[in-house]
Amino acid sequence: MFTGFDFDVIQKSLPYLWQGMQFSLGLTLLAMLGGIVIGTLLALMRLSSFKLLSYPAGAYVNLVRSIPLILVIFWFYFLIPVLIKKLTGNPYASGIGPFYSALIAFTMFEAAYYCEIIRAGIQSVPRGQVSAAYALGLTYRQATTLVILPQAFRNMIPILLTTSIILFQDTSLVYVVGLTDFMGAAGKIARRDGRLVEMYLFAALVYFIICYSGSYFVKTLQARYNVGRN
Amino acid sequence: MDFSFLNQPAFSGGGVYLDWVISGLKWTLLVSILGWIIAFSVGSLLGILRTAPVAWLRVPATIYVELFRNVPLLVQMFIWYFVVPEIVPKAVGDWLKTQMPMPEFSNAVLCLGFYTASRVAEQVRSGIQSMPRGQTSAALAMGLTLPQTYRHVLLPMAYRIVIPPMTTEFLTIFKNSSVALTIGVLELTAQARQISEYTFRTFEIFTVATIIYALITLTVTFSMRWLENKTRVPGYVGGSSK
Amino acid sequence: MTKKRSLLLALIFASGLVACGEKPAPAPKAAEPAKSAAPAPEAKAEAPAITDTLKKIADTGVIKIGHRDASIPFSYLDGDQKPVGYGVDICLKIADAVKAKLNKPDIKVEFVPVTSQTRIPILTGGNIDVECGSTTNSVKRQEQVSFAPTYFVTGTKIIVKKSSGIKGYDDLKGKTVVFTTGTTNERAMKAYNDEKKLDINFIPSKDHAESFLAVETGRAVAFPMDDILLYSLKASAKNPDDYVVIGDFLSDDPYAPMIRKGDPEFKKLVDGVLGDLYKSGEINKLYAKWFESKIPPKGINLNFPMSAGLKEAIKNPNDTGVGDCGKMKC
Repeated sequence: MFTGFDFDVIQKSLPYLWQGMQFSLGLTLLAMLGGIVIGTLLALMRLSSFKLLSYPAGAYVNLVRSIPLILVIFWFYFLIPVLIKKLTGNPYASGIGPFYSALIAFTMFEAAYYCEIIRAGIQSVPRGQVSAAYALGLTYRQATTLVILPQAFRNMIPILLTTSIILFQDTSLVYVVGLTDFMGAAGKIARRDGRLVEMYLFAALVYFIICYSGSYFVKTLQARYNVGRN
Repeated sequence: MDFSFLNQPAFSGGGVYLDWVISGLKWTLLVSILGWIIAFSVGSLLGILRTAPVAWLRVPATIYVELFRNVPLLVQMFIWYFVVPEIVPKAVGDWLKTQMPMPEFSNAVLCLGFYTASRVAEQVRSGIQSMPRGQTSAALAMGLTLPQTYRHVLLPMAYRIVIPPMTTEFLTIFKNSSVALTIGVLELTAQARQISEYTFRTFEIFTVATIIYALITLTVTFSMRWLENKTRVPGYVGGSSK
Repeated sequence: MTKKRSLLLALIFASGLVACGEKPAPAPKAAEPAKSAAPAPEAKAEAPAITDTLKKIADTGVIKIGHRDASIPFSYLDGDQKPVGYGVDICLKIADAVKAKLNKPDIKVEFVPVTSQTRIPILTGGNIDVECGSTTNSVKRQEQVSFAPTYFVTGTKIIVKKSSGIKGYDDLKGKTVVFTTGTTNERAMKAYNDEKKLDINFIPSKDHAESFLAVETGRAVAFPMDDILLYSLKASAKNPDDYVVIGDFLSDDPYAPMIRKGDPEFKKLVDGVLGDLYKSGEINKLYAKWFESKIPPKGINLNFPMSAGLKEAIKNPNDTGVGDCGKMKC
């Protein structure tokens, strides 16, 4: 079955694959941070009683969540340069490079998903906590940043991390615009050397190990948190 | 924005560009729906197995779920399309590559179906496990066999509880169907790209594709919400997902 | 909570959001120490389109060259995954000329991977300044971009397996043909298919290596592409003798470096670089290096002597584009 299975090609391309992995990991971490920050803002906007804020945020989140990531990547990859140029008037802002284009696309896409998680997290904080905070004389900002968000995030950590593991898997889709992430690197070598079986199986194995360890870690974390709560 | 290009004769195939859009939509729906049939049946079976009281049923199902959940969909797509035909016996491989009807399409359906099955399995499992233990005990005490308990007690409730997360999973497979473009299925996103290449109307055609995806998502969401209300069991407040 | 307070805070957040939506560029710049040393480009210009590439390069300190993954021997990745090739060499000459013209030898050269699909939007968007790959100068593309003088002349043929028994285009009736999306060859083949009603089943693929793979594994019987690329794919295949390149030219494809439209100054510079290469005869050395010698990564020799068409293009440099449907009417 594995006649002519060539492990050598994997070994020889490890440095290139590592470069790709750095791209994937960097993209995941930055998009995760950006996504959580923007997602939190979107969640606060959605929960605002002021319609001018809650409606646009709601529309954005629902729209992004209803279209495929690949379409979003195409949108941002091809049209963000045009948009940025129009918004800032800076003709060079468009030359932000493929990595940052992909980063913006993933950040804006994931923000919509993080937003819904964070919104649910904020809503899961008992009303009494908010009332108590106000009763103590805290302002909205103080209540949000000191009372609500810390508790909400504590509850949300496992699901935020799970979403981020999926985000890591999704970064492989930068393939569609020809970027060299881990999968892109594996694919380029696979096609150049005609070694698809080896490279794709190896890629699958690496992704599996990373994602499985990630979800195992989340599970342990969850178990530890749950102890205190029950 | 000028959408008149949709009515212009397409570069090839005889129709207008709108026909390309419609053809793309057709493939998107076909891939999603056929993939969903696989995902739902395989996923239900796996989900039930994962709650089985015996390890030899539970463990294989768990391995399946972990394996399919922790490898990116794109990688799985390539493995179905590029790797599987090379590592099966040559005759089967040749059949897969040349004789199989619409190889790209079939591969995409299988890949999406078996990938989504792992996610469906998790929803079914959590639906079953959200039922109070007393229900199983009571059913067994009344003399029902274990399969009867599942059939008449656990599953009818569990499936109602998981309607909302199942809707999400269907919409996920619908959106993920665009990954099929990486192995050459000309579904909606691929057609949008192709039209943008031929007409340079990138902004307009992406807008069209976005609106179509959004409309379908909205329709599915609202009809499932209706179904959810129809099937709600008094005394139970919706299902708890995730 | 009071409405007023929540409104105010949400507004602050919203303005923050808009701000970060507006200026994603500065943050990444700060994260890259090497780049922040270069003079910061300030938003002075009013014109939204980049029509002054030289100024852009001078301001940013970087010239960005688009390269391909598998356009052998024009622009592809060698054994160390570095972009190399005939086109890459020419693009590097252009970069040298830019450095000399701006009198800034420290300008950095950055390679950006592009595909057949992404090369035009990436160029017009400003993520690359010039592409020297296997891009055909076509009239249709000239609506979007501009081309320097032709540096290679080829045309569409198909590659098939010898064992397939296919002798010409008409044998493709009802068969499966793979094409690389976004290529002129795709259009030429489709136009031929429509004209002759061959009822071909087309499957798209992302790059040439993947398309060739479809022929190699038997998923498709033929792959229409510029003949030179087919010969190089054949030469790099595991068993080159299994394949044959057949057919009369379905289209003429003059390759040329691609630059942004409406930038006469940069075009003049690029034209000048090619003109000098042609006049000095240096082009012959470059040609021999990539088409008549062993090339990386596998050390194959394409043995592809210079065609009459290219000799003519070198004698009389021109940037004339070709039509969209190959030799068919459309």
